[in-house]
Amino acid sequence: MKLLTHNVLSSKCLKGVSVGYPLRLNATDIKVVDVDYNSEFVQRMIPKINYSALYDAAQSIGHHNGLPDTVAEDYEHNEEFLKAVHHVLLEVDIVSGDLECPESGRKFPITRGIPNMLVNENEVNEINDSNGY
Amino acid sequence: MSSVRRPEHLAPPEVFYNDDEAKKYSQNSRIIEIQEQMSERAMELLMLPEDKPCYVLDIGCGSGLSGSVLDEQGHFWVGVDISPAMLDVAHDREVEGDLILGDMGEGMPFRAGTFDGAISISALQWLCNADKSSHNPVKRLYKFFSTLNACLSRTARAVFQFYPENSSQVELITSQAMKAGFYGGVVVDYPNSTKAKKFFLVLMTGGNMPLPKALGTEGESSSVQYSKKREQLDSARNSRGKSLKNSRQWILEKKERRRRQGKTTRDDSKYTGRKRSGRF
Repeated sequence: MKLLTHNVLSSKCLKGVSVGYPLRLNATDIKVVDVDYNSEFVQRMIPKINYSALYDAAQSIGHHNGLPDTVAEDYEHNEEFLKAVHHVLLEVDIVSGDLECPESGRKFPITRGIPNMLVNENEVNEINDSNGY
Repeated sequence: MSSVRRPEHLAPPEVFYNDDEAKKYSQNSRIIEIQEQMSERAMELLMLPEDKPCYVLDIGCGSGLSGSVLDEQGHFWVGVDISPAMLDVAHDREVEGDLILGDMGEGMPFRAGTFDGAISISALQWLCNADKSSHNPVKRLYKFFSTLNACLSRTARAVFQFYPENSSQVELITSQAMKAGFYGGVVVDYPNSTKAKKFFLVLMTGGNMPLPKALGTEGESSSVQYSKKREQLDSARNSRGKSLKNSRQWILEKKERRRRQGKTTRDDSKYTGRKRSGRF
């Protein structure tokens, strides 16, 4: 699982969890892979991602080298910054470990790089709608 | 009979797509070809900006065949599937996108506004089934669509290729999608063909826009429905080898028959089968 995916995952589907973000990341096995650098994609993702969550996650697994703690102001033209973000977002791959909901402490295991986000029916957040079903 | 052939009726998806079934999705070239064709058509309907790399959600990604189509077009994707066996195949194929084990009916576990689009190939019909006593298809559909709506950006679309069992299923799915705040509807490709007929649910977040045109609908349906009866009758008669009675062709055939029987018959000429003029 890439840190980009970690950055967009939340556990708000759980009952009693209102934000469920960011999930705490505990990694037991990390692999660094090569992914082609695509400057346009990284530029487009920077306003979308939660940068402080990304920085904290990278720091928690010790892969924050070269990553500044805030977004560079002229990030569109700052090649060095974009490459550092690219590395952390797409090239750091968590092979095993778990994700922990910050509110309920529920753990989602990661095996072979695939996080298991399945929950039991009694944990699911009931939808409050006027559906009438 | 049809109910026997629908995989949704046999077992829940995480059970049906076991190792054997999953293997087909990496080895059977026919399955792969069909999946890729449908993914390409879904991408066409998704109408992502052409030259920009987008972040796309693949719901029911399975072995990642639809993801490969996304890769080819230079997009980044995240796939969600409920079958561990299918995800293992995807993992072994070393697909580019990230994989998540999850259930559509429990909602999409993502932050708001994350994705530029979502595609789903042959997955949505599984939501119409209740595989556990706690499952309520209507609630699960609503939960799925409302959480999906939240995690898409405001100009995004979501395209679902699916196999509805009957028209009430189409209605159930679309009504829940509309209730969750989507616009759009169903596009049916090749509606006159049993085999090539494909249903695509095209959902939009930003506002109502005209639906894309379906394939294979140009004029065919109307001309087949209103075919001319007399033309059909004529062609039927000709096919049996007999001409229309009293026509020149009919007379020539009759004279030929008489000659073969050895009866006296006048020679054929340009006057054969002509009407006499009224001045006789």
